[in-house]
Amino acid sequence: MRSLLRTPDTRSLVRDSSLVWLASGIVGVSFGAVSVAGGLPVWVPVVMSLVVYAGSAQFSAVGVLLAGGGPLAAAATGLLLNTRTAAFGLAVADLLDTGRATRFLGAHLVTDETVAFALAQSDPVRRRRAFWISGIGLFAVWNTGVLAGALAGSALGDTARYGLDAAFPAVLVALVLPAVRADATLLRCALLGGALALAATPAVPAGVPVLLALAGLVLHRRPQGAAV
Amino acid sequence: MNATVAVILALAVGTYAFRLVGPLLHGRVTVPARVQELASAGAVVLLVALLATGALTEGGGFAGWARPAGVLVGGVLAWRRAPFAVVVLGAAATTAVLRLAGVA
Repeated sequence: MRSLLRTPDTRSLVRDSSLVWLASGIVGVSFGAVSVAGGLPVWVPVVMSLVVYAGSAQFSAVGVLLAGGGPLAAAATGLLLNTRTAAFGLAVADLLDTGRATRFLGAHLVTDETVAFALAQSDPVRRRRAFWISGIGLFAVWNTGVLAGALAGSALGDTARYGLDAAFPAVLVALVLPAVRADATLLRCALLGGALALAATPAVPAGVPVLLALAGLVLHRRPQGAAV
Repeated sequence: MNATVAVILALAVGTYAFRLVGPLLHGRVTVPARVQELASAGAVVLLVALLATGALTEGGGFAGWARPAGVLVGGVLAWRRAPFAVVVLGAAATTAVLRLAGVA
């Protein structure tokens, strides 16, 4: 561990993830603030962030709760949004296969950003390291942010003015670009999937469009000898 | 048990179960190479769908121009292999400046 923290490799991973942490921390602050400003007690966003730990699902569940949509609708919306974590869990399973504890702990750290960050790395050792660095850091910063926001209430104002909502899609662009650049088949699958998701968005509940995108995999043919 | 606690519990247990499927199956079931391939391609497809819907839509409708413009700037920077920090800050700053100028 001691040497791990000193390698330039680790330093660059920490540097790159720290921006995602910063942005997530601010989004976390706004989640805490929105929840409390809407009338929920401080412990609700705080506990939810610790045990659910999935930004989009938390926002939508609290949104449904505050809009008076009822607990069943709130839980269903959040769970629907999180079905994608099953696919992400499969994609990073080999990175977590270093023991019982890492499997059970690592599973909780599976998020869009951390999976994207890990898969964007070039070799297995770096991928594993990236998963844990991004995962642990993001968990710490997200939960600290939510607590701070819940305590501060609505003092922060409208966080949309910081442009963070553009930062997250841009982070994902930067992380998937190397993969789709190197693999034309993957690019075709991704473009078809993205188009399907966009087309479906106005018509179906939140969370479903992204799942429909997986239909883009029909374009994924068996590669001719090359490893993916 | 109060309804809010039930929501949090259901979400927490359900989400953790989704997340645990992959890591638990790994090593117990021999996953065919083709399935493993599709799983990693699927992750990229999901991420692209997330970024596309995240960039363009909000609550089932169009998100306005400021956000996709910021994402586009970030995307161009990433395409030109700009450092990660430049991509992230470029995207957020573009959107923030556009909003400041009155573009939704």
